[in-house]
Amino acid sequence: MPFNIYDFSVTTKAVDEYFKAHMSPTWAFVMELLIVGLVFLIVYAIIGLYLVLAERKVCAIMQNRYGPNRVGKWGLVQTIADLIKLLMKELIPVRKSDKFLFNVAPYIVIIASFMAIAAIPFAKGLQGVDFNIGVFYMMAVSSIGVIGTLLAGWSSNSKYSLIGAMRSGAQVVSYELSVGLALLAVVIFSGSMQLSTIIESQANGWWIFKGHLPAIIAFVMFLIASTAEINRGPFDLAEAESELTAGFHTEYSGIKFAFFFLAEYMNMFIVASLAATVFLGGWMPLHIGSLESFNRIMDFVPPIFWFFGKTIFVIYLIMWFKWTFPRLRIDQLLTLEWKYLLPINLLNILLIAFLVLMGWYFK
Amino acid sequence: MNPVAQYFSDIFHAVGSLWKGLRVTGYYFVHPRQIVTQKYPENRKHLEMFDRFKGELILVHDENNQHRCNGCGICQINCPNGSIEIITDSVTNEDGKPERIIDKHIYHLSMCTFCGLCVKNCPSTALAFSQQFEHAVYDRSKLTKVLNQPGSSIRKEPKTPKVHAEPMSKSNPDN
Repeated sequence: MPFNIYDFSVTTKAVDEYFKAHMSPTWAFVMELLIVGLVFLIVYAIIGLYLVLAERKVCAIMQNRYGPNRVGKWGLVQTIADLIKLLMKELIPVRKSDKFLFNVAPYIVIIASFMAIAAIPFAKGLQGVDFNIGVFYMMAVSSIGVIGTLLAGWSSNSKYSLIGAMRSGAQVVSYELSVGLALLAVVIFSGSMQLSTIIESQANGWWIFKGHLPAIIAFVMFLIASTAEINRGPFDLAEAESELTAGFHTEYSGIKFAFFFLAEYMNMFIVASLAATVFLGGWMPLHIGSLESFNRIMDFVPPIFWFFGKTIFVIYLIMWFKWTFPRLRIDQLLTLEWKYLLPINLLNILLIAFLVLMGWYFK
Repeated sequence: MNPVAQYFSDIFHAVGSLWKGLRVTGYYFVHPRQIVTQKYPENRKHLEMFDRFKGELILVHDENNQHRCNGCGICQINCPNGSIEIITDSVTNEDGKPERIIDKHIYHLSMCTFCGLCVKNCPSTALAFSQQFEHAVYDRSKLTKVLNQPGSSIRKEPKTPKVHAEPMSKSNPDN
């Protein structure tokens, strides 16, 4: 294997052996869980906060503005200051709201995105859990979030929230289909749902290149459908500012609002990293067929940089869409899904199945 | 066009027009020099305001400390929120007749909405807006200003048929 120098499982094994040597297996297990949990919490917070900053910067430059530039160098500490502000704000209870559901909704949203990042392969051997149904797991977990959205809208006892939540429900339920079908394209190509196996299968070229036209169509479909699934512009009907003030989180304040906000950006990261993993090879360096020397040079860049580079590229694409396209109406949104994306996706799957059957793709 | 062809041409048109939009924003993204907003306190030294900017009301004085206000009070009548008060005085001119001159042209900046009706309606184009925009003060009374400078006098125009002259907005911006 050419990537042994950057194999992270060496480190994890060493940590595991250290704990096993110094304490009972049960305590070692608990300690490892604690460490993994802590690392994921910190990574989650940092990525979420810096995605907010990145979004503000990207949108500003696209609109010929500077964006945040006062707090810290180039405004780098801006979102941390915002978070501190949100932490100190009052949590306003809403009269006649369903108290229990109102309080539990932000946690459901944030737990759903937290569960999803557990299965993301950040680098070789750097993955929380490597399920053998990784793609399916990601799909299943990321759609739990919409329950939180619906609960938030329902329990707020506000018309804006309810309309936003119902829109969000309709949107996520219908676009889930397209996301699944687009991911199925690569599952057919690689013959596995396990994310690590999908990445290994891209060692001689990424699926977007190896699967040529159908894979590119599937990638574009995935981008569109997943943008809709994470409720981002141009599909941000759930929180259409001009019509619904803030949609499902209108009544939330302080840290509960911050949870929704952070989960929204983390969902964007999850979707982008899934696209990078499945279509663009995840942490796998850029390899071209049997060009040995070229592949060797590419191997020197650590996998974690490849992973984050690709993810940032996909995130930039999603942001570019958001700050360019006008928002769709709810009927246009559903027309796009049921009349365009879904039929094209189904045909695409059929085409891919045929190609794989005939072996007409780069192996 | 048959429906199937219509369906596909719809898709291609949509992609084409979306790409057009993406090119505009993408161009701005890779050209940060196109940024039009300015970093204000840093560029304060060489900040240039625009001629049409309505900063605060001034009575234009020329280099001889002369203005064109004859105290007619039309600006006071036109002001929607009463931010202008005209106090006039009477002097005897060289013909031995009493003549109205301006004593105090009082301007309440705190009440002004910068609608510009006073400047537009001034028959002798004596008023203008300066480009001064840093109005913050610690005492509210400082927002009440006397626009005619001490010792200033009215500039007598030679009797000519009245033409609509350009407002003297550029001549003396610093008050």
